[in-house]
Amino acid sequence: MSTTTSSAGRSTPAGSAPAAFAPGAGPDQAVLTAPTESAARATLGVETTARSMAEAAAEPVSGITGAQSLVRSLEAVGVEVIFGIPGGAILPAYDPLFDSALRHVLVRHEQGAGHAATGYAQATGKVGVCMATSGPGATNLVTPLADAYMDSVPMVAITGQVPSAAIGTDAFQEADIRGITMPVTKHNFLVTSADEIPQRIAEAFHLASTGRPGPVLVDIPKDVLQAHTDFSWPPRIDLPGYKPTVRPHGKQVREAAALIAGARQPVLYVGGGVLKAHATEELAELAALTGAPVVTTLMARGAFPDSHPQNLGMPGMHGNVTAVTALQKADLLVALGARFDDRVTGELSSFAPDAAIVHADIDPAEIGKNRRADVPIVGDAKATIAELVIAVRAEQEAGRTPQLTAWWAQLDQWRQKYPLGYDWPGDGALSPQYVIERLGAIAGPDAIYASGVGQHQMWAAQFISYEKPGTWLNSGGLGTMGYAVPAAMGAKYGCPDTTVWAIDGDGCFQMTNQELATCAIEGIPIKVAVINNGNLGMVRQWQTLFYEGRYSNTRLNTHTGDGSAKQVRIPDFVTLAEALGCVGLRCEGKDDVDAVIEKAMAITDAPVVIDFIVGSDAQVWPMVAAGASNDDILAARDVRPVFGEGQV
Amino acid sequence: MTRHTLSVLVENKSGVLARVSALFSRRGFNIESLAVGPTENPDLSRMTIVADAESQPLEQITKQLNKLIEVIKIVELDTAAVQRELLLVKVRAPLADRSQVLQTAELFRARVIDVNTDTVTLEATGTPDKLQALLAVLAPLGIKEMAQSGTVALGRGPRSMNGAGTLRPVERTA
Repeated sequence: MSTTTSSAGRSTPAGSAPAAFAPGAGPDQAVLTAPTESAARATLGVETTARSMAEAAAEPVSGITGAQSLVRSLEAVGVEVIFGIPGGAILPAYDPLFDSALRHVLVRHEQGAGHAATGYAQATGKVGVCMATSGPGATNLVTPLADAYMDSVPMVAITGQVPSAAIGTDAFQEADIRGITMPVTKHNFLVTSADEIPQRIAEAFHLASTGRPGPVLVDIPKDVLQAHTDFSWPPRIDLPGYKPTVRPHGKQVREAAALIAGARQPVLYVGGGVLKAHATEELAELAALTGAPVVTTLMARGAFPDSHPQNLGMPGMHGNVTAVTALQKADLLVALGARFDDRVTGELSSFAPDAAIVHADIDPAEIGKNRRADVPIVGDAKATIAELVIAVRAEQEAGRTPQLTAWWAQLDQWRQKYPLGYDWPGDGALSPQYVIERLGAIAGPDAIYASGVGQHQMWAAQFISYEKPGTWLNSGGLGTMGYAVPAAMGAKYGCPDTTVWAIDGDGCFQMTNQELATCAIEGIPIKVAVINNGNLGMVRQWQTLFYEGRYSNTRLNTHTGDGSAKQVRIPDFVTLAEALGCVGLRCEGKDDVDAVIEKAMAITDAPVVIDFIVGSDAQVWPMVAAGASNDDILAARDVRPVFGEGQV
Repeated sequence: MTRHTLSVLVENKSGVLARVSALFSRRGFNIESLAVGPTENPDLSRMTIVADAESQPLEQITKQLNKLIEVIKIVELDTAAVQRELLLVKVRAPLADRSQVLQTAELFRARVIDVNTDTVTLEATGTPDKLQALLAVLAPLGIKEMAQSGTVALGRGPRSMNGAGTLRPVERTA
């Protein structure tokens, strides 16, 4: 096995390191059939320890097992941590892993491994890695793979498979995981020979991290792991059909700049691609140059500072009135790494009816998929925005500077009239929005926030001010309840010196909280704010609004929110947290909120769970009902904004 | 609905057909026929896919196909391209009807590949329209069994999908 220079334990530097993947790495990426150094390049940005480990691992060696070749390949590609669980078919790989400087975090459920890899990738910009055995181990990864696919997260999943001779015989713990994951991965491989292992691993990391990032699964039969092979690095990458377009077309960029120069009501519609491409500096420059308003989608929170006066906030189903209406009334949308998702557009046919569309995305299939683009631009967001800046500057130097005063006057009027807000529950219960607002204020913009899915997710997107990229992690596309705790674990592992909060609901929390045991044992002190309203809150909200308050199967009994005398807490999250090796705290009143958050902030050597008992009837507003037009946004229940038609 | 014929060069690897066909079903695209076979390059296979689509979904089909890692190149063949299907059909042909069957075969330039006292089996190639016409004529005589291939097609003229002077691929970019 390789010698290593890594110190034991976690050796990650503070904060987000530069990306190990480089979507904008240049046109030479296109030449992939020749022996390339792409695999070696994937180690760029990995910190010194991992790099020296990578260098040591890259030494050629003969007469090793496929499993040893796998571990050496992972070392050579610059992996620092794997989240996983062993089992029969993957067992050979765990033996050399025992001697490796690669850290392995033993999770309690494979879903936790997958989301941890995602959280790690989202927070650090590196490729997240998870590992599982065949059959149920692999199928438990399907949800996080689908999640990462929808949100374009760079992830590599390694699964054991039954021995080659047993494939297709319904062997014990056999599942056709390659077939199962075809629709939810960017690509997947079934390795058929030990000699292929370095190449497949290099290809998997290259695919996961370049172009539009996404999850890649590598399935390795047990006999392949046990077979003997020789190892050399870097291997030849042979992907003749994979040539992502990184550089935007100059003519398209100039056309977009001309539209920007001529627009009177433009909006920069910023999506998660801007974060994936590490293009936030370029975005700031474009925003400053154009003076145009910016909206950041759920996947792009943090791509542009919330405190910036040009940031209108989040658009979409639960976006704020000004952001939603700005899109509707715009004469030009500049979509950057965004995909016109139904949760943003509402009813597509009435979305931004008067807007010309500039659509820049690295995935050509996103352009024109939902909304026709007047100027399509295929390219990496970083390169595209940088070139847009140059082209817009040229327009301005030629005397074409957009006059946006009237547009801003209108936007400011809406902002003033329809700010985000919330009412306190009438029954004296704690307001969940207040809890989240205070959490954001106390933990601040340096902390990382990972949320589950539902009301608390929307409130966390609305009431926390995101100033920096990589500080807001959530399951946007798939809407995976249970994402928060394992994703926070992965993020904390990648950024050990950063405070990481999981903001979770009582429903979500019960799906994956077993990973708190992992956190406690592996020394990953995340903090969890359970926004406990005793219900599946978002579903309950829809039942209130659309099913006449018939609350079918949404009450969880995690607390008695109905004022009844008999106290029910099943489970009791404080004692549950303690059972899982965490500190458990509870807060039931407004006056205690700050104190309990500060108490949790002061605990840095163990995971902490705060059970915030909040009212059951708080609702997420504003809201565009599913399938309705964005024009029909309700600022609050039965409150329809008046936009003053014809003013702009 | 309009018929489009896509010629798709793919890596000759296991699972590629599954990826392509699964993509069509998952994205709600309709395949009318799909034929796959080897090419002059042993590393590549050619799929000929006839799909029903309006032009907008067609662009989405080709873009999604292009995203598959093992898809090398896609060309939409125009109506001038050579398009052929193979038909094997077993027709009832008792002595009284046999000459009519053979005459029909001759008219359509179909070959007789098997004869017995009850049936004649014909082999015919041609455009889908021609084979439909043949079947229409044979139907009253009694078709006992038939097997028909998907369309295979090649563009006319000197250009090819590989190498220099290639057919213009369906836009990879938007």
